[in-house]
Amino acid sequence: MSWTRFFRRRRWDEERARELQSYLEMETDENVARGLPPEEARDAARRKLGEPLRIREEIYLMNTLSLVDSLWQDLRYGARVLRLNPGFAAVAILSLALGVGANSAIFQLLDAVRLRLLPVEDPRALAEVRIATPAARTGMFNGRYPSLTNPLWEQVRDRAEGFSSLAAWGSARFDLAQGGEARYAEAIWVSGGFFHTLGAKPARGRLLAGEDDRRGCATPAVVISHAFWQREMGGAAEAVGRTIHLDGHPFPVLGVTEPGFFGVEPGRRFDVAVPLCAEPILLGARTRLDMRYAWFLSVLGRLRPGWTVDRASAQLSTISPGIFEATLAPRYGPEDAKKYRGFRLTALSAGTGLSRLREDYEAPLWALLATTSLVLLIACANLANIMLARASAREREIAVRLAIGASRGRIVRQLLAESLLLAVAGAAAGALLARWLSAAMVAFLSSDANRLFVDLRPDGRVLAFMTGLALLTCVLFGLAPALRATDVAPGAAMKAGGRGLTARRERFGLRRTLVVAQMALSLVLVVGALLFVNTLRNLRLADAGFQPEGILVASADFQRAGLAKERHAAMHRSVLDAVRALPGVEAAAEAAIVPMSGSGWNNRIVIDGKAQENYSNFNQVSPGYFEVTRTTLVSGRDFDERDDRSSTPVAIVSRSFVKKYLAGRDPLRASFQIEEPPGAPRPMYQIVGVVEDTKVRRMREEFAPLAYLAAAQSADPDPGLDVLVRGKGAAAWSLRPDVTRAITAIHPQISLTFDTITSQVQRTLLPERLMATLSGYFGALAGLIAAIGLYGVMSYLVARRRNEIGIRMALGADRAAVVRMVMRESGFLLAAGVVVGTALAMAAARAASTMLFGITPGDPVTFVKAAATLAMVAAVASYLPAERAARVDPVLALRDE
Amino acid sequence: MPKKGNPPLQGELLQGTLDLLILKTLALGPAHGHTIAHVIERRSDAVLQVEHGSLYPALHRLEDREWIASFWGTSENNRRARYYRLTPAGRKRLVEQEGRWDDLVRAIGRVLRPAPEEK
Repeated sequence: MSWTRFFRRRRWDEERARELQSYLEMETDENVARGLPPEEARDAARRKLGEPLRIREEIYLMNTLSLVDSLWQDLRYGARVLRLNPGFAAVAILSLALGVGANSAIFQLLDAVRLRLLPVEDPRALAEVRIATPAARTGMFNGRYPSLTNPLWEQVRDRAEGFSSLAAWGSARFDLAQGGEARYAEAIWVSGGFFHTLGAKPARGRLLAGEDDRRGCATPAVVISHAFWQREMGGAAEAVGRTIHLDGHPFPVLGVTEPGFFGVEPGRRFDVAVPLCAEPILLGARTRLDMRYAWFLSVLGRLRPGWTVDRASAQLSTISPGIFEATLAPRYGPEDAKKYRGFRLTALSAGTGLSRLREDYEAPLWALLATTSLVLLIACANLANIMLARASAREREIAVRLAIGASRGRIVRQLLAESLLLAVAGAAAGALLARWLSAAMVAFLSSDANRLFVDLRPDGRVLAFMTGLALLTCVLFGLAPALRATDVAPGAAMKAGGRGLTARRERFGLRRTLVVAQMALSLVLVVGALLFVNTLRNLRLADAGFQPEGILVASADFQRAGLAKERHAAMHRSVLDAVRALPGVEAAAEAAIVPMSGSGWNNRIVIDGKAQENYSNFNQVSPGYFEVTRTTLVSGRDFDERDDRSSTPVAIVSRSFVKKYLAGRDPLRASFQIEEPPGAPRPMYQIVGVVEDTKVRRMREEFAPLAYLAAAQSADPDPGLDVLVRGKGAAAWSLRPDVTRAITAIHPQISLTFDTITSQVQRTLLPERLMATLSGYFGALAGLIAAIGLYGVMSYLVARRRNEIGIRMALGADRAAVVRMVMRESGFLLAAGVVVGTALAMAAARAASTMLFGITPGDPVTFVKAAATLAMVAAVASYLPAERAARVDPVLALRDE
Repeated sequence: MPKKGNPPLQGELLQGTLDLLILKTLALGPAHGHTIAHVIERRSDAVLQVEHGSLYPALHRLEDREWIASFWGTSENNRRARYYRLTPAGRKRLVEQEGRWDDLVRAIGRVLRPAPEEK
C-alpha cells in the first residue's frame, strides 16, 4: 500500500464507482440482448455483481492505513463534539493549562539549573577535580567555589594524567568605575587553558590561551563576554584592543566570547575573564597565588579519550600524598598539617556544571514540582468528573451505538480521542503559560546584586515532559469515564431513559470517590501552603537579636586611592566621622562582617590556654555598632575612644558565648585568646561587655557564640570598610546622596556601593518566599478547582434525586430539611476527604520538614485551619445546589416522572 | 446456465487462484472487468462462478502490485470501460504461478490417486 494512494483514496473511490457502474451497464445490455425486460435486466446485473458499496468499501479499506484513518476520524468527531460544547471545552482546557503550565514552568527551571548539560563542547567528558573531604579544610576561602589553592592547582595541572586539558577558575568582582559610586563587573579568574578545555570559540578577536597566562605576566589582556560587549560597548566592532579598567587597572580586551557561552556556572554570567597571572596586579601584596591556605579556585578537566572519571580519580588519588606534602602551608599547626597530608584529590563528573543556584533551589523546586503535580491531579480528577457527567448525558447515544454493533473498544477509543484533544490543547496553552511563569520566577529570584541568567529555552527534555504530561492527563481524566460510559447493557440503558437504575448508583460512587480525592489532595496543598507561609512569617518575625530595619550599608573601597598601609586606619576614622556628622544620621559604625550579608568569620577560641571544642563567630566593629543595630548591651560597656592600638585588646561577647565558654564565671573579669597558628602572636582579649545574642548569616540559624573585637585595635585595617548607618526617621535609603558626598569629599578615588540589611535579609529568604508565594497560589488554585468539582457533583446529585426530593417534600419535609440533607451528603464527602488528606499531608509535611522553620510538620493548628478553610469552601460550593434542591416544586417534580 | 454434476464452486477459490485466473485471462490481451468475469466463467464451464463483485478488489490488489495496469477505453458496444492489461512483471508472475499451480495439482493428484507400488 502506498502513501500516495492513502491520500488520494477519495479519487480512487470515484474511479471504482465509475468502473462498477460500467460493469452494471454492460451486464444489463447483455441481459437485455438476451431478452429480459430492462427492469429485470438491471436487477439481474445487480445480483451478479453484488452490493457495489460493499465492494467499494473493501477496496477503500485496502487503500487505508486503518489505524491512522480511524484515529483521524475520531479526532474530527471529537473536535466537533467539543465545538458544540464550548463552555465545557474552555473550562477543561483552562484547568489543564493551569496545571500543565505550572508543572512545566517548575520543570523548566529544574531542567535549567539541575539537569541540563553545559552548553559547551562534549560536556559529558568534563570532570571537576577537588578534595574528597572539603569540609575538613582550614584557611581562607574566597569566591563561590573555593575548591583548591593556587599551589594545589599548579600541582594538579602538572601531575594529573587522566585529562587532555585542565583549567582553573574562580569568581571575583571588579569595579569598572573610575571613581564615585562603584559599578561592578562580574569577573572570573581563569587559567590559560580555561577556554580551550571548554571548547569555547571567540565571536571577536581571540580567547585566552596557555601562553597568555604565565606567572609574572606584565601586560595581561582580558576576554569579555558577548553580553558585556553588547551592554558596555554597544557591540562595537573595534572593541578588541580597547582598554577597560578593573579596580583602576587598565587591561586591553583580547576578544569576545560567543553569545551562548557563560562559563561553567548555570544561572550566572561573567562579564570579564581575567587570566590568573594578572592576580598580583589586581590584588597587590594580597595576592593568593603562593598562599597555600587561600582556597579560591575550582578546577575542571576534560577527560582523555579512553579515561573514565573513576580512572582519573584513582590516578589523582595515587599522586595525592606527594601533592599535599609539597604544598603544605608552613603556618599550619601539627594538627592541621596532619589533616592536610591526609587529603585525597578526586574527580567528579561535571557535565552539568557547578551552581550555587542549584544548591539553594533544588529542594524547593522539587517540592514545588510535587505541589504542581498535585494541582494537576486535582484538575484531572475534576475533568474526569465532568467527563463522567457528560458520559451519562450521552448514555443513550452510546447505548444506541453499542446496540447497532459498535465494539466497546471503538467507542472507548473515540471518547479518548476527545480527551486527547483536550489534553493537547491544554498542554499547548500550558506551554505558553509556562514560558511566562518561569520567566516571572527567574525575575522574582533575581536582583541587582545577584543577577541570575537562566536559559529557559525549552529543550528536548522539557518538550518530552510536556508531551508526557498531556498524554498522562488524557489517560487520567479520560480513561475511567470512557470505560465506565461504555460498560452498559444497551438494552437496559435504552429502556431506562436515564433514571433510577441501580447501576447508576454504583457509577455515581466513582464520582464521589473523585471528589473525596480532590478534597484530600486540596487539603495537602492547603496544609503545605500554610506551613510555608508560616515558615516565611516566622523567619521574617524571628528575633535576629537586633533591628535590621532602617540600616543603610555603605561599602567604601579606597583601594584605588593607593594609600600607604599606615594611613588606612586614619581613613576608617575619617569616613566614620564624616558620615556621623551628617544631619540625617542618628548613628553610624563600621563592621567587618555585615550581619545577614552571607559572610562570616569563625575560629576556635582559647581560654586559660586551652583550645575550646566549638568554634565561635567573630566580628570587628567600631564604637556605636550596638547603637546602630539596636543590640541590647546586657552588662559592661561598649567600645570607646580608649580602645586603640596602644591599649589592652578588648572584646564584647554575646550571651551564648558566656553560656558556652564562661559558665559560672563573671564574664567582665574573663579574657580569651583566638587560636592562631603556632608562632603567630595570640593577644589576650579582655572582655569588657556582654550583649544579647544576634544572628550572623541567616535568619534560620540558631544563636551561637559571637565575640566582637574593636576595629580600632585591628593590626591590619583593610583598604575599605562597610559602614552601617541608622538614619533619623525611617528613610535610611534616602541618605545615599549625602553619604556619597561626605565620603568622596574625603578622597575622590573612594568608590561606594549601597545596600540595606533588610534587603539582604530578603535575599537570604528568597527560597522561602518563593515557596510561600507559589504554594499559596497553588493551594488557592487547588481549593478553587476542588470547590468546582464538589459543586458539580452536588448539582448532579440534586438533579438526579429531583423526584425523590419532590416526594419527600410532598410527604411533609420542609426546605430546611432538604438543605440539611444535601449538606449532610457533601459534609460526608468533605469528612472523608479530610481524613484521607490529613494522612497524606502528614507524610508530605514530614518529607519537607527541613524546609520549615518555627513550625512542626504536624502542627495541629495548621491542620485545623486547613480543614476549616476547606470546609468553608465546601459549604459554599454545596449550599447553592442545596438551595436549588429546596426550591424543587413537588408537583412539578412528580409530574415529570 | 446449465448446472451439471457438482454445484459451482463459490467463494471457495484458493487464495491466489483468482489472481492466477485473472492474469491468465489478461495474457490473451487487454480486457475490462466484465469481460474478465465472463471469460473465467465460460472457460471453467461455469464451475468457477466468481461473484463478479469480488473480482474488483482482486483487480485492485494486482494493480497495486503492479502486475497489471489499467486504462480507460471504449467497450465493444461503445461504453466507457476500464481496461486492464498485463505488465511485464505480471507476465513473469503468471509463468511462475502456472508452474506452481501445476506442481500443486500434481502433488494433490499423487495424494488422491497414488500410483500402484511396483514390486
